[in-house]
Parts: sequence; C-alpha cells; structure tokens
Amino acid sequence: MDSSQLLGITTFTLLFASFLYIGALLFRSSMVGRFATWFTVAALVIQTAGLGLRWVESYKMGIGHAPLTNMYESVVFFAWTIVILYLGIEWKFKTRTIGAFALPLAFLAMAYGSFAPINKGINPLVPALQSNWLLAHVITCFVGYAAFAIAAALGIMYLLKSYFGNDSNAGETSLLPSLKVMDDIIHKSMIFGFIWLSAGIITGAIWANSAWGTYWSWDPKETWSLITWFVYAITLHARYTRGISGKAIAWLSLIGLLAVIFTYYGVNFLLSGLHSYGSG
Amino acid sequence: MQKNNSIWQFFASVKLALVILFLIAVTSIIGTLIPQKEAAEFYISNYGPKAAQIFAVLDIPDMYNSWWFLALLFLLAFNLIICSIERFPGVWKQVTADGLALPAERLQKMTNKISWTTRGSLSEVQNGLTEKLQKKGFKASSRESDGSTILFAQKGHWTRTGVYLVHSSILVIFLGAIIGSLGGYKGFVTIPETQESSRVFLFGGKGIAELDFSVRCNNFKIDFYPNGMPKEYTSSLTVIEQGKEVLTKEIEVNDPLTYRGVTFYQSSYEPYQDFVVTIQAPSGDTRTFIVPFQQQESWGEANLKFGVINAKVMGQSIVSSKLWFSDGNESPATIWIDDGAQVNIERQNGTYQVSAKQMYATGLQVAKDPGVWWVYIGCGLMLFGLYVAFFMSHRRIWLLLSHEKDNTHVLLSGSANKNRTGFENHFAELGTFLQSTGNKD
Repeated sequence: MDSSQLLGITTFTLLFASFLYIGALLFRSSMVGRFATWFTVAALVIQTAGLGLRWVESYKMGIGHAPLTNMYESVVFFAWTIVILYLGIEWKFKTRTIGAFALPLAFLAMAYGSFAPINKGINPLVPALQSNWLLAHVITCFVGYAAFAIAAALGIMYLLKSYFGNDSNAGETSLLPSLKVMDDIIHKSMIFGFIWLSAGIITGAIWANSAWGTYWSWDPKETWSLITWFVYAITLHARYTRGISGKAIAWLSLIGLLAVIFTYYGVNFLLSGLHSYGSG
Repeated sequence: MQKNNSIWQFFASVKLALVILFLIAVTSIIGTLIPQKEAAEFYISNYGPKAAQIFAVLDIPDMYNSWWFLALLFLLAFNLIICSIERFPGVWKQVTADGLALPAERLQKMTNKISWTTRGSLSEVQNGLTEKLQKKGFKASSRESDGSTILFAQKGHWTRTGVYLVHSSILVIFLGAIIGSLGGYKGFVTIPETQESSRVFLFGGKGIAELDFSVRCNNFKIDFYPNGMPKEYTSSLTVIEQGKEVLTKEIEVNDPLTYRGVTFYQSSYEPYQDFVVTIQAPSGDTRTFIVPFQQQESWGEANLKFGVINAKVMGQSIVSSKLWFSDGNESPATIWIDDGAQVNIERQNGTYQVSAKQMYATGLQVAKDPGVWWVYIGCGLMLFGLYVAFFMSHRRIWLLLSHEKDNTHVLLSGSANKNRTGFENHFAELGTFLQSTGNKD
C-alpha cells in the first residue's frame, strides 16, 4: 500500500460521504446522516494515513519534507483541513446539513488533485523552500482557506434558503438550519479563517524576509492574499459596525472564496511572480 | 480640532474605512495584472504608446510606490487613528466602569438572570457567595443600598480593547515600513570567490552604498540532487573590518549573514571559465590560485607549474577537473579531482595537498532594514489583538441580595459583550454552583 493508493481511496470515500450527506438531507434520515459522519471520519483517517505515508516515503527517497510543497500536495491538504473543520462544526453545532455542501468541496479538491494534469510526484525541494517556515506558512494559510470554503458552503445554503425556502417553518420541518443559525456559523467561520489567513500572510512575510531580505514585495501572490484579507476585513467591519448580516454577508462569503481561489490557484497559473512553486 | 466639526466626522466614519479598504483592494489588482518595474519600452511594446503614456502619468509601472497608492495607505492610517480617537474613550469607560453603580432595576431586566431564596442572614450569604465566586475566579466587590447589597464581579474587562490592539498593530506595521524605507536600503553585490567587496549596488538606480566593512567570499558551492536539481547554494563569507577578520559564516538560501544591521542573503551565482586551485606544499605553505581553463600557472617559490587541462560538466556546472601538475623533478602528474575535493599528490620531496574547483561569484542580496522588528512586533500584536477581539469577552455578573424574613433573596444576573450563547451556558452553570452549595447549610 502506498500513499497514492490511500489518497485515491480517500477521494472515493469523500464522494460516497458527500452522497450520504445529500441523501440524509433530502430524505431527512438521521440514520443515513450517521453513516455519512462515519464515512467522513473514515476518509479523514485514511487521508491522514496517506499524508503521513507520503511524508515517510519522501524520507525514504532521501529528500524528506512535509507533503505540502506543490499544487497536488496542497489540494490534498486543503481537502484534509476542510474535512477536519467540517467535522468540528458538525460536532459543535450538532447539524449534518452543512456536510451536503462542505463535503463535496473536499471531494472536488481531491478529484482535482487526482485527475488534473499536475505533477503528483514527490519532488526534492529547491533551496528557497527549505525552511522551517514552510510548514507554518502552508498550514496557517490552508486552515484559513478551508474555513472560508466552509463559510462559502454555508453562504450557498443561506442564499438557497432565503431565495427558495421559507424560514417561517424553521426547525424540524425545514431541510436546512434556520437562517439565524447559518448566519452565525458563516460569521464564526469567517473570523476563524481571518485569524488564520492573517497568520498565513505574516508567516509568509517572515519567511520572505529570511530568504530574500524583503518581507513584502507586492508580488502577485502576496498582493492577492492581501486583497483576500481586505475582502474579509470589509465583511467583518460591515457586520460589526454597520449591522449588515444575512444575504449580504452570504454573498460576501462567496466573493471571499473567489478571492481565495484566485489567490491560491489563479495566481499560480495566470500571473507570474516569485511564488511559482505551487504551479508544479 | 473640534470633534463635532464635519471634517472630523468625515474621517471618523467607518463607512470611509470601508471605502478606502475597497479602493486599496481593487486598485491593488492592477499591479498584479500589469508587470511592475519593467523598462519603459516594455509597456510601449506590450500596451501601445498611448496606454504607456497613461501608465506613466499614473505611475502604473511602480504603482505600489505611486503617490496615489501611498496616499490611499496614508488615508487608511489617518482614518484608523481618527476612528480610534473617536471611539476609544467610550470603550475605555466601559472597561473601567464601576459595575456597582448600576441601579438595581437594571439587574431585574437583564436577559441572563436566576433568582432563589436561601436560609441565613444577608451578611452570611454574602460571605458564602463571595467565597464561591472566588473559587470560579471572580473577585467580587460589594455595595450596600437601602437594605440590600449588590455584589459585582467581572472577567476580561480589558478584552474590550482588542479591536484597538488590532488597529494600532496596523499603525505599528506602517511605522516599521516607514522606518525601513527611510533608514534602510536594499541592494545587490556580486563577489567572486577569494575576493572581497564593500560596495552595495542599490536597487532602483539609487546608486551605491559604501559599507564600513567588507565581505569576502571564501568559497561558493552548489549541491545537486541525484536528478540534477539544485539542492543548496552555499557561500562561505568572512566579514573584514579594518583589516581584521571578525566573522565567518556559511550562508545558504533561508540562512543569511547579518553584521551591524546589514544582512547578506544568498541570491544567485555566476559560474566562471576559471578554476580555483589551492595547493599546500610539503613545507606547509598554502596558496590559492585562480587559473583560467587550459592555461599554465606557476608558483615560483615552490617551483611548481600546473593547470587545468580538462573538465567534466553536468548541466552548467563542472563536476570534476583534470589537473596537470609539475614540480620540475619528475615527469608531470595528471589527476582528476572532484569539484571542491582535496587530493594528495605524492612526489619525491613530499606530499602536496591539492584541491581544484570551478570558480564562481556569489550573488548576494543585501538589505538593511531597521524597521523590520517594528513590523514583526506589529504582526504579533495583530494576531494577539485578533484573538482577543474575536474570542475573548467581557463577562460581568451581579448578585443582588435582600432580606426576606429569616432568609435572603438572591438575584444573579450577568452579561457578556460577545459570544452570548457561550456565556448563557456558563451563566447557568455558575447559577447552579452558587445555589447548590448555598442550599446545603
């Protein structure tokens, strides 16, 4: 058994769990929902083993490094953080409906990693990436991204419900949690993500300073991460000081995720810059 | 400035902050789409002369240092300061507010409240409750008023300043950036092996910085992975101050050398057609020579003649070189030496230790940034402030005690400025704790 097999199994387990969550939502079956949770936990365990094994494999190749160094490894880690954060939210807020929207995101990330024409190999690190800041920078950024992905999944749910649903029969008869609960979780996911994104930008700046002597050089990746930070800063201020909530925040959660995706993915392929490692 | 004048109100508005943040975010995109700091011809050939002219007027080729972008950043800082001056006093009032001053009627109206009656005189009950609060980390103060007593305790009153910690952290980061750009510089120096330099060529055509010391590159080497990818670039640098060697360090990418506030970063390298040959004669004398490929060099005192006659190349780097070596006594020796390795050449008059390697110049990025620690302090403050602002709350509880014949009536009420659902649970637990032990005696 090697890491790529484990990660392949993860992809299909996540797909199956996504279907179970959607089924549990549509048929309002708590038994199916419990299965969905268990399959998600199984996917998490398999994926954790896969990531760990990939780490070990890199050491066996004599180029040991954490599996966080190219586009493939980053989407796998992205999926992993989405699953962990989602399970945390399911446990804390005692609701499974979010899974029908969050798990497909994790699956899509894994599917993209598996099927897109990107390098899936374990590669040695170029000198610039050989730094202890690598782990801190990638982990903080991706925890932030995953939280924003979940906020956006909730944003979609919120918008679906507010445009097509009827909130008056909130509770057991409704498919989705009440708008108030969703609004609350969107906000909490955003502030959680915002702290981690801040930490991600800061660790990146410290790393850049130790590698190049410049903590900020307005490189496209840096600039887009700052734009993303601004989008969420604006959202949080609009909510705190101007009392804006509900649909506007739900839309902003989607705009925020677009900025995240562009920072994470678009910049590597569409723009040039210092941060070209991720495109390989 | 008058606080109620309209200019003040304009800058004290959060709406303005949102507009500025939006403008910075949107205009920042321009510089990620249009390559920055290229030559003027680049913009003319890629965007046409007309667009290039507009770019030049608006400083688009270096937009993040343009007057209008810096003005936006300055406006943000200014807005932040005025907003804080406007709002901080009110928040400080809440931080330092005396909870005991709250009228008893207000306590009755709070969302979180529990009341019960317990045996014992007012002062007995008060002592018991104070002690129990202490166990939960609440330090209570008390006040008497017309026959009843109010106890007040709070936690995290200072956390109300969290937002201001974040806002001031941004100002600290700006301050660090300003200190860095006024008192520091960034530049580049290329130092060939065995040579030293004290001149830094500054970026952006800002001339040359002359250092009070010089840096010698003793040696530069590249390590490769088996697949030919570069693994590490290493330069051995020695700082020389007033003719004395004061510091030697091997630097790598991500591991620079800092001396007197100036930091040298491994950044690039240049291979030469020459070789660095180091020879230790049997007498112990050591000398280093720079030898062009296939040219004879000599060490007169040691009566040696030598040269590199062949070399094996991988990519652009030489992996081993063939040395021709003559001491005039015997027939000359030829020997392959791995790049950077040392070999012994045995001759009648003793052993020569010889190493040969391709000659490189190391390319060092040089930075002096006296503001960087301010930036780091600002970053730390920001993370701390965000945590405080988002995850810590000011929790206040009151106990209103009043006589009821032989018993004492207790009203527990409380409030938190954030995470109210979380507080409700804690409040309920606290209520149970205060009551349960109260009923025992």
